[in-house]
Amino acid sequence: MADGDGAAASGKLTEHSASGAEKGLPRRGKSLSGRTLNTAQIPLVASHPEVYEPCDDSFALVDALLSDKAQLLTLQPRLCMEVGCGSGYVITSLAIMLRQLASGTQYLATDINKHAAETTQATLEAHGVHADVIVTDIVSGLEKHLAGMVDVVVINPPYVPTPEEEIRCKGIASSWAGGLNGRQVIDRILPAVREILSERGWLYMVALEDNDPLDICHLMSEMGYASRVVLKRCTEEESLFVLKFWRDPHTGTSASPKSPKSESWFSQLPFKSLWHKGS
Amino acid sequence: MRLLTHNMLASNVRGATTGYPLKLEAAKWVTKEVDLNADFIRGLLPKIDWRALVAATRALGLPELLPEEQPPEEEIFAEGAADVEGSAIRRIHHALLEIHVQEGSLVCPDTSRCFPIDKGIPNMMLHEDEV
Ligand SMILES: C[S@@+](CC[C@H](N)C(=O)[O-])C[C@H]1O[C@@H](n2cnc3c(N)ncnc32)[C@H](O)[C@@H]1O
Repeated sequence: MADGDGAAASGKLTEHSASGAEKGLPRRGKSLSGRTLNTAQIPLVASHPEVYEPCDDSFALVDALLSDKAQLLTLQPRLCMEVGCGSGYVITSLAIMLRQLASGTQYLATDINKHAAETTQATLEAHGVHADVIVTDIVSGLEKHLAGMVDVVVINPPYVPTPEEEIRCKGIASSWAGGLNGRQVIDRILPAVREILSERGWLYMVALEDNDPLDICHLMSEMGYASRVVLKRCTEEESLFVLKFWRDPHTGTSASPKSPKSESWFSQLPFKSLWHKGS
Repeated sequence: MRLLTHNMLASNVRGATTGYPLKLEAAKWVTKEVDLNADFIRGLLPKIDWRALVAATRALGLPELLPEEQPPEEEIFAEGAADVEGSAIRRIHHALLEIHVQEGSLVCPDTSRCFPIDKGIPNMMLHEDEV
């Protein structure tokens, strides 16, 4: 199994609080529904009016990565990549988190928004870490030569259900607009990410209840990826999930002649019970 | 943008056949030292397009940095090579990871479409009629 302690971690899925701040990094507590959740581990040093500011979803993704930190350190990723890096909060946090690795890990980040790419670069620099940042649509231009090379991909995609036109809007709306069911960009991202993920690669992605995360897992399962919920968080407006995917030779259509939607497939999901509890 | 990324990047503009390697035109670049990791280079090297890397270093006006042909692995990863000033592994490490192109452009070899590099960030976005 690629994922070291999937079973252990899936036991308590509602809230993975990364206990203890990362050494030396100031924390900003944020009160939500009366609880203090993990929020920004690093101060945001760059911003721009047309760039998505780190929000509950960004914090959830970083907290999920923190809760998987030991596994990530063991993985010793060679290449890590963020698609849709926005302010750079997530890729910067990841680079800081894995800084102790002596494996020469390199980072890449893309965003469709030029201002986001520049903001990310500034955030990275201010924290003394580096990623090559590229303005492009998802991974366009990289898919061929980066095929099978990326060990960790992190994504907080534009997932809000909106009218389709909003996706193509210039400006800040395109940072969250996800079209029908919030799936239009996600559904373009997933095949592209499968191209670049290495055999041992992991994908962490934020999804909303409205995006039908179970369906996303099902689609990925058909392509040979196992999945689990690393973190679930309910805010006043939305239920956020951070999903993790990894290649699993026992997952996929070829392994099972039955319909993947059948109970047998469903029961393989470690988070089955959670799913019902949560919704 | 480092030359590692240049080595991975292609043009997807309509009319391009491979769109690779992008011709590098660098107006401004800087170097920043980072620790050399031989295992990282060893894992990466088979994925590197040597000719594209050499072309990029030449475009930066560094004709001596890398040889036309990739040196044999035994030489690159020879015991202690990483500690020798000017060794192949040091040069490869420098070329891939220590050179940052700040301003310039990447030109599609098939269509001559020019992608700007601004503040170190290449912009590969295509207009609607280019996809
Ligand atoms: C919800 S924001 C997340 C930003 C940041 N990663 C964070 O977690 O705070 C989504 C980001 O994806 C970018 N984006 C939207 N569509 C994209 C696409 N097709 N390719 C690359 N990036 C895209 C947006 O510009 C925005 O910065």
